[in-house]
Amino acid sequence: MAALYGAVIDGILTGGVYALMAAGLTLIFGVMDIINIAQGVLVVLAAYLSYFLSIRFGLDLFVGLLVTIPVLFLLGVAVEWLFIRRLRSQEKTAMSILVTYAVAIIIEGVLSVTFGVNYVQLHGWYVTRSFQLLGFYLPYIYVFGFLLAAALLAVLFVILYRTRFGRSVRASLQNRTAAQLIGVNVARVSTLTFGLGVAVTAAGGMIFGATNAFNPNSGYDLISRLLAIVILGGLGSIGGALAAAVAMLVVEDVVAVIWSPVWSDVVFFVALVAVLLIRPVGLFGRAAARAQ
Amino acid sequence: MLPRAAGLGLLLLGLGALPLVLSNPTYTSIAIFTLIYMTAATSWNTFAGYSGYIPLGHVVFFGSGAYTLAVAAQDWHLVGGYGMFLLIPLAGLVAGLLALPFGLVALRTRRHTFVVITIAIMFIFQLLAFNLGVTNGSSGIQIPTPLWPAATFNDPFYYITLGILILAVATSWFVRRSRFGLQLLAIRDDEDRARGLGVRTGRVKLTAFVISAIPVGMVGAMYAYFIGQIFPQFAFDPLFDVSVALMVFFGGLGTVAGPLLGAVVLEPLQQYLTLQFSIGDLYLIIYGVVFLAVILLMPRGVVPSTRDWLRARRTGRPDAPEVEGDTDRAAEVAAHTGSPT
Repeated sequence: MAALYGAVIDGILTGGVYALMAAGLTLIFGVMDIINIAQGVLVVLAAYLSYFLSIRFGLDLFVGLLVTIPVLFLLGVAVEWLFIRRLRSQEKTAMSILVTYAVAIIIEGVLSVTFGVNYVQLHGWYVTRSFQLLGFYLPYIYVFGFLLAAALLAVLFVILYRTRFGRSVRASLQNRTAAQLIGVNVARVSTLTFGLGVAVTAAGGMIFGATNAFNPNSGYDLISRLLAIVILGGLGSIGGALAAAVAMLVVEDVVAVIWSPVWSDVVFFVALVAVLLIRPVGLFGRAAARAQ
Repeated sequence: MLPRAAGLGLLLLGLGALPLVLSNPTYTSIAIFTLIYMTAATSWNTFAGYSGYIPLGHVVFFGSGAYTLAVAAQDWHLVGGYGMFLLIPLAGLVAGLLALPFGLVALRTRRHTFVVITIAIMFIFQLLAFNLGVTNGSSGIQIPTPLWPAATFNDPFYYITLGILILAVATSWFVRRSRFGLQLLAIRDDEDRARGLGVRTGRVKLTAFVISAIPVGMVGAMYAYFIGQIFPQFAFDPLFDVSVALMVFFGGLGTVAGPLLGAVVLEPLQQYLTLQFSIGDLYLIIYGVVFLAVILLMPRGVVPSTRDWLRARRTGRPDAPEVEGDTDRAAEVAAHTGSPT
């Protein structure tokens, strides 16, 4: 029974980090109506940037975020401006998936050439130590990662709900054309949103890299989970992504404990298919997402 | 019509004579892989190009076909030889049967959700292949090697794959010309309107999905037999669907010739890059850059762009508008089915 509670706690803590990465993905979808397949490999890129900073300059992983967050924000802005903006509106669904897939392949190739394909992991004093709370051993990195994700999600909510830019983003999310008509510069909002959605992978990647060994190929596993989460939560719904991330990770960890770790991944995707059979728009999705 | 038939005849003659001209097994192997991808791209396009749905899970049919052949050969203790080719229709049947529940689940959703659910189902199958007993997990299955003379070893594989390709192209062509194909195109243009006009959208989409799965399963089995062994990570490779989609978009989505052209250009290129730059994954970068260039510079593909250019030259008008999108297909379907517009 204790193992079961432990699995639930682990699931909630890691779910918080997945929630942060998924929030970026669903935000980009909500505003721009595209799916960023590169989100997974961007997480891995962020992990490698943290790795580089800590190995080369001895920077603490959390201090390194001051560098990696702006770098990934600018990378996101560049990708949107160079490639996504040029897509024609017809067949944008398919095209955006292919373009971001191509970006993902290029980043994966660059990472393989630069860092090799051997697995690496991030290090810090909090990665290997844990503390006891109410009889459970909690690794520091899980708790720190959860707190960081919660803090950054709070920042994201403040940006979205308390600033002028956030109001423009929400207006574009609800209705692109109407937002344009009342004077929102939707093109600029899209670029900045893409940057913002990618910037959250900096923190997500650092935590991912500290809790898992990774190589340039790790992005595929990540993106499949992130996609399952945002679809389950309902595309474009940030709250849905948060709930779905925590729910899925808890289910996965619990299945790993009571059944077998081998089948926990399968359960992850079967849960998605099962929910979509009953609700094709996801748990919190709007009906509009179904219109072709 | 006559020059087109003559061109087709010449193309077939050329493809038939290719192994006689190219005797180097390295080149005939590349030719077999190219034929496999030509078939896969054509079949993928028979569903995606005409219906507008973009599936990224067709590798499920490829892998299931491959495993059908491998498992059958193992369990029935078959010896390598021509008899093994009889398993290929069985692989197609298995792929078609799998496509039924897959399509029933996935086709309830649209657009992005459809894309993602096909990816999710692909991962379910990949994980099953790793974990189920029947697939022998990550150690894979060895397939008996035929004892053919080395000099012409590749030829039987080549001609039978060519046969499957002709079948797939003929299917694609007939679907494009048929009333059924018209209904698919109506779904691509506006699914709700098509349904309003009496197209049984669910049934039409599912049928097209199954039709497009069968040849993919057959070439999957061919791939496994030709390679001689099968592992989960190659049978259910996530890059398969992306490569196929790129070929189709390169040539022209929704055209019969486009996927063939895309596969003929891109598959040998990919094989060449893998051979040249296998160390350091440099080929990933090159492939990704080619990929981006194709999508950004020729978003509609080579075949439609060329067709427009020829039409513009013939009529003497620069930038003649594409005729493809102008016809009101929903109304056409209505005329066929006799319902009021």
